[in-house]
Amino acid sequence: MGTFHQGKHELHGITVVVDTHGEEIYVGRCDDILEDRVLLLDVDVHRDGVDGTSKDEYVKKASQWGVFKKHDRLVVDRSQVASIRRLGKV
Amino acid sequence: MPYPELMLKPMRQELTVAGFHELKTVEDVDAWDGHRNATGLLVINSVCGCAAGMARPGVLLALDNSEAKPAYLGTVFAGQDQEATARARGLFPQVPPSSPSMALFKDGELVFFLPRHRIEGRTAEQVADDLQDAFTEHCG
Repeated sequence: MGTFHQGKHELHGITVVVDTHGEEIYVGRCDDILEDRVLLLDVDVHRDGVDGTSKDEYVKKASQWGVFKKHDRLVVDRSQVASIRRLGKV
Repeated sequence: MPYPELMLKPMRQELTVAGFHELKTVEDVDAWDGHRNATGLLVINSVCGCAAGMARPGVLLALDNSEAKPAYLGTVFAGQDQEATARARGLFPQVPPSSPSMALFKDGELVFFLPRHRIEGRTAEQVADDLQDAFTEHCG
């Protein structure tokens, strides 16, 4: 159950993990998911292996505590997206 | 930008009528005993839909249904009482800010935290279950 803003994707308002085919993984509040892009708010980004932390380890920590945002708003190209999951269900 | 106070009044009252002490200033936060002595539950309230649908009903349900309860109940309103909220978040600087969220303290230590992403998309009953488990573990 998300928030109910007409015309938005069902994950609107929900904190999601957006994994990519590359090194980046994003955690942020979903604003909308469109055909060609994912719009995220209050977003943190992690690169696989940075600080000795894998993507899985980063997501595990994020699921426990949340994330400190690095970006107020971020757009991820859908062609880069491997998966989108709810952080609360990780 | 703060919201009209009239709009927030029922959101505040939902908790204050249940015994939560509203912490509207930095001084209120500093004076609240919940983060120093015994056990204290701090609810970071907000205007968002998951606060209305899951967080506030969940915490009220947990307090109604749990035999073990925190000794002190406090609340700050994120986005409205900004200085008080910042001061309250300073009590657990290692935890990323989120609202709504809930922090349980025991003898001055943060022992449980329920962030926004563990509230959104769930039911009030599920939120209450998580809180009741924490109350049982730490407030018994």
